[in-house]
Amino acid sequence: MTRFVLGRIGFYTLIAVLLAFFTIPLLWLAAAPLTSDPTYEVRVPDFTFDNFQAILDHPYALPSLYNSLLLSIGTALLVVALSALAAYALSRVRLPGRDALLYALLLLSSIITGTAAMVPLFQLAVELGLIDSQLGLILILSGGLLPAAIFMLKDFMDSTPKSYEESARVFGASPLQIVAHVVVPLVRPGLATIAVWAVANVWGNFLMPYLLLSDVEKQPAAVIMYTLYTEGGQANLRLLSTFGLLYSIPVVLMYLFVSKKYGFRFHGGIKR
Amino acid sequence: MAAIELRRLTKVYPGGVKALDALDLVIPDGEFFALLGPSGCGKTTLLRTIAGLETATGGAVVIGERDVTSVQPGGRDIAMVFQDYALFPHMDVTDNVAYPLRIKKVAKAERHRRAGEVAARLGLEHLMDRRPGQLSGGQQQRVALARVMATQAQAFLFDEPLSNLDARLRLEARTFLKKLQRELGVTTVFVTHDQAEALAMADRMAVMEAGVIRQIGTPAEVFQRPANTFVAGFIGSTPMNLLDAVVRGDTLEVAGCAVPVPDSAAGLLADGEKVVYGVRPEYNAYAPKPAEGSSEGALAGKVVIVENLGASHLVTLDVNDVTVQAVVPEGSEPAVGDEGFAAPRRDRALVYRDGELVTR
Ligand SMILES: Nc1ncnc2c1ncn2[C@@H]1O[C@H](COP(=O)(O)OP(=O)(O)OP(=O)(O)O)[C@@H](O)[C@H]1O
Ligand SMILES: [Mg+2]
Repeated sequence: MTRFVLGRIGFYTLIAVLLAFFTIPLLWLAAAPLTSDPTYEVRVPDFTFDNFQAILDHPYALPSLYNSLLLSIGTALLVVALSALAAYALSRVRLPGRDALLYALLLLSSIITGTAAMVPLFQLAVELGLIDSQLGLILILSGGLLPAAIFMLKDFMDSTPKSYEESARVFGASPLQIVAHVVVPLVRPGLATIAVWAVANVWGNFLMPYLLLSDVEKQPAAVIMYTLYTEGGQANLRLLSTFGLLYSIPVVLMYLFVSKKYGFRFHGGIKR
Repeated sequence: MAAIELRRLTKVYPGGVKALDALDLVIPDGEFFALLGPSGCGKTTLLRTIAGLETATGGAVVIGERDVTSVQPGGRDIAMVFQDYALFPHMDVTDNVAYPLRIKKVAKAERHRRAGEVAARLGLEHLMDRRPGQLSGGQQQRVALARVMATQAQAFLFDEPLSNLDARLRLEARTFLKKLQRELGVTTVFVTHDQAEALAMADRMAVMEAGVIRQIGTPAEVFQRPANTFVAGFIGSTPMNLLDAVVRGDTLEVAGCAVPVPDSAAGLLADGEKVVYGVRPEYNAYAPKPAEGSSEGALAGKVVIVENLGASHLVTLDVNDVTVQAVVPEGSEPAVGDEGFAAPRRDRALVYRDGELVTR
């Protein structure tokens, strides 16, 4: 009995330590922006809004958040639209070597947006006149995300019964009508997943915008974050913590919104 | 409304499975036609090829005088109910029923009105705002029917639409479907592997085996005079007795007993010929004693099993090591071990030569 109790105590202590490990940074993120002179410690804040004022006064902070939104939403839209069409085609049409093709693309895509292809990508962007262009960046980011998105969506589409589409076909629906009326509504949770995943991916991407955008006015928040230093070359904790909070809020809101709106799947209509 | 005609229709799946083998079939306008056969014989394939969901490898599909072999499903003016109904789960009943009209670009108000009309006919008016997931199996089936009716197509194709219902609901749906088809008068092809369903509902039926049609006829014809031993063994709630026999003048020697040559084969058999003698248990009269004191024309044996069929009993006799079954009305069933006689009805018994019915 004592052994059991001791075991329980040990277990919960371990959990508490692990939890603290993850909670303390979050607590810091919540408290530091409201503290007048934040350090690396978590302290009870004195509820000042000076830090927020300082961020508002920063010339690039708010515009960079807008840039982040633009880049991530643009990429998400492109990735969802293209991957939905590609995944549908790949799921429904028998192609020799289809799976091999998908695996190869998946493998290569991790290189495209990764460090390994940095130099050729930069050169490609220069040649195509896409350097320092947000559109160019969106295209390259989409290219990197598409294979994985197609892969995930294809799985989703494979698991939706064909008879829905066949029934629409017999009623005379065209392939595009079938996609719009039947397939998209059925895989909407999958599309939402891909959109969230793409937004989160672009939101946190530092390397690609840093590499391909030189104009600071076009830079997204992830890059601006890196520039928040004091004159003395020290990390400016006041600005960093406040900006960090602002930077994380949109992503959290997006998760909440999407899981409320799409966090379910339709059931029924097919007798099993 | 239109007739459906299939000319030497062949379907070979990639991989070489020949699911339809040069199949000829004419279904006249307005007929309720049932396709029956064991699992894997090609019923679904036939239906899907008529619908255009599978492309024919050879032959032609003609619907209402129009060769539609290379026409897309949507252009064939047919409607189909799938075995799993395939109702769109994200649309309510109204939108599901109105979907075919949406494709035909009927205005929203008009198509909702028409969907309402059709649905009301099937007793669905109080369910119009529900999604398929919120309906029972029987209700889903009626929504699928309503959706098909809303198309006002030339022909309906049903792939086992009743197989997902429980036994009771199935009987109701059977009657309902038959009445509906009568009223609409639309040519209907109905796939089932439940022969009771086919016998009860169809104007005519076809029995398929391995991609070919083994017999076409009215349910009565198919039941009473199966064209071959395959159909004979397949049709009937209790399988037909198919017994090896040898012709001896105007009697047949069956399991060591002599029975008269059936009326249908009279004068068509050669002496000493080996044939198969077929009689349904229902047409096999069981008696504990031979009729009028002689065992002439009956199969004498020992009762080995008595099965209760509800209003009657199925008695299995061992006649010189050959199994013979007979149906006995309730109240007069024998006990296991009794000696008994089964007298086949001469006007109902059949003779098969090389698997095919001997008949004029
Ligand atoms: N897509 C396919 N590819 C290859 N072979 C197939 C395909 N679909 C069906 N077959 C084969 O064709 C034959 C006929 O199949 P079909 O589905 O038409 O049978 P069925 O009569 O409807 O059977 P059931 O009563 O079980 O539904 C079977 O041997 C089946 O294995
Ligand atoms: Mg089938």
